[in-house]
Amino acid sequence: MKHVLVARVENKPGVLNRVASLFRRRNFNIISLTVGETEDPAVSRMTIVVDASKTDASMVQRNLLKLINVIDVEDLTHRPAVRRDLVLVKVQSDSETHADLLRLAEAFQAKVADISPDSMVLELTGEEDEVQSFIEGLRPYGILEMMRTGLVAMARGSSEPAYQPGVL
Amino acid sequence: MQLTGAEIIWECLIREGVEVVFGYPGGAILPTYDALSKYPQVHHVLVRHEQGATHAADGYARASGKVGVAMATSGPGATNMVTGLATAMMDSVPIVCITGQVPTSAIGTDAFQETDVTGVTLPITKHNYLVTDVRDLAYIIREAFHIARSGRPGPVLIDIPKNVQNATTEFVFPDENQIRLPGYRPETVIPPEQFEQAIKLINAAERPVILAGHGVLMSNAMRELREFAEKAQIPVAQTLLGLGNFPASHPLCLGMMGMHGEAYVNQAIQEADLLLAFGMRFDDRVTGNVKTYAPKARKIHIEIDPTELNKNVKVDVGIIGDLREVLQHLLPHVEPRDRSAWLARIDEWREDTRRRDILNADSGDALWAVHVIHDLWKATQGQATVVTDVGQHQMWEAQYYHHERPFSLITSGGLGTMGFALPAAIGASFARPDEEIWAVVGDGGFQMTMCELATAVQENRRVRIAIINNGYLGMVRQWQEIFYGRRYNATPLVNPDFVKLAEAFGIPAFRVDRREGVLPAIEAARAVDGPALIDFVVEREEMVYPMVPSGADLHDMIRRPLADERMEVHS
Repeated sequence: MKHVLVARVENKPGVLNRVASLFRRRNFNIISLTVGETEDPAVSRMTIVVDASKTDASMVQRNLLKLINVIDVEDLTHRPAVRRDLVLVKVQSDSETHADLLRLAEAFQAKVADISPDSMVLELTGEEDEVQSFIEGLRPYGILEMMRTGLVAMARGSSEPAYQPGVL
Repeated sequence: MQLTGAEIIWECLIREGVEVVFGYPGGAILPTYDALSKYPQVHHVLVRHEQGATHAADGYARASGKVGVAMATSGPGATNMVTGLATAMMDSVPIVCITGQVPTSAIGTDAFQETDVTGVTLPITKHNYLVTDVRDLAYIIREAFHIARSGRPGPVLIDIPKNVQNATTEFVFPDENQIRLPGYRPETVIPPEQFEQAIKLINAAERPVILAGHGVLMSNAMRELREFAEKAQIPVAQTLLGLGNFPASHPLCLGMMGMHGEAYVNQAIQEADLLLAFGMRFDDRVTGNVKTYAPKARKIHIEIDPTELNKNVKVDVGIIGDLREVLQHLLPHVEPRDRSAWLARIDEWREDTRRRDILNADSGDALWAVHVIHDLWKATQGQATVVTDVGQHQMWEAQYYHHERPFSLITSGGLGTMGFALPAAIGASFARPDEEIWAVVGDGGFQMTMCELATAVQENRRVRIAIINNGYLGMVRQWQEIFYGRRYNATPLVNPDFVKLAEAFGIPAFRVDRREGVLPAIEAARAVDGPALIDFVVEREEMVYPMVPSGADLHDMIRRPLADERMEVHS
């Protein structure tokens, strides 16, 4: 079971270090962590995917909130949310497999980011499962390099307060 | 007003109510020390090691309820503070440590005495800062004090590069309401449904026990705790750091729980049908094996730190909030109950402990540590502030010095920091200049920070030092005796002559190795106007009983032998 937490944090030096240090010292198992800027230059946003089979996600949430620079934490696991993962895959290709790969890319609505005589780089943005099956589909052709960004997520509709003090 | 960063530091400290700073100068903090002479209202205490500065600030904070301040230079000065910061972090003590740092232009170049101090101290501070612009300095100091003392208190470190101390800016001391910490919420709102559930459980309980921790003291909830216990007739067990939060002589007071708690206290917890955890965190030294901990009890946890809920022990009701406020809310709804049957049952268990009380045993020619503690308690009528170090003497103190008053025991609980007592007692003496302060230390821990004897002399602190000298690292030796086949590897100590040592510092000192010498030496030490030291040479291989072996079930105690069994043990 994956738990998706979104933390808004103050955009100050060392905040990522504080979050990473917390996970390490509390022995929290994290599947992915992404950080980026937001509509407010003073605020960054982290999407944290917790392996809930090994780590109590509410404990992660409460410990994050305890960090002075973490403004709030939303748990999007059971809420309607837009979830996106981006993958770049460099896959082997030759004249025989070229057309198949392009068809596969088209089926997933992946983009062709680069083509060379013996490989191509494909790019897909989508839900995690979709990205995963795309990767599985490419595997038989020979994946040379691969990079996933990890999940980014945002609640659908107008959001309610992320955290109410004292209520867990 | 244009001021330098160095001047701003002192201006801010004064406005935060700081009267005493424990520190040690060095290159990167020199501008700040240079400015000190302009601020005679702040008393600087020169310690002999930066660890001592942090423990002194810690002892001062615990004794005064105010924020303690320690200061050091960059690099080794700052890294020497690590143990003190970790100690304060574990025991939720508000201290602010100010460290010098190499100039901002040199940061990252492995400059002389450069250490990444904010990196090093990140996991052992509540928060820390590296100040890179003098214009931020006053605001950061304000914020640091606010964070240190609010919510669950803790240590905050401010690392200030030398050029920031030298730079000038317009000084404005920010107003408290100017503090903008969007992610910091020390205040909490208590949800009503948790409340109703808690009250139902409390009023229905047949065999409840209150577990009263350090949080009672920190939220000043002593009166509420007492009202609560008396109204509902619920016995009170205490954590080590909770001792003093409820008068030891009170009929409902059980005393310390856990690894070295008396057997009846742990028996009561294991038989309870409801545990009321007030400002405590179910430390492993308190619970033993969590799987078999209080198996018959529902559990209500009242705690200011949300991350403590369900961390070690799963609870039925968790209420996040300031303990005092929560108890004030609960009190009117708690029904008076007759729980005499339950109290009588606990008394039966207590009777068995009384029969085993070592005070009833004959020590013969030997001097037992517990007799020293007992006599100290009697001589001071339980009214002294006792600062203990870590180990056997610490547990004996907790068992035999019956603390009547809140804040009268200062000890390193969570981290178990040997070397804590002497500097912490010096710190406490600044908070309570007119009170009697005893540092009770082992011969091992004392030698870790005994350089602070010089500080006690230089500042003429009326700190009385009682060394419980058994020539061993006693608690480690005890574990070796029980769990490691009496292989006393690296625990016997060849000690200096502590009396001569003290005298070399100019401290009057006494040696006692017989029971009849204990009280006269205590009286002689009390008469000294300044530090005094007593070397109590005690029986070498005494054990702290009872004992729950690490990780064992709380009811699976190694009991204190009965008087006749004792003779066999020692024959």
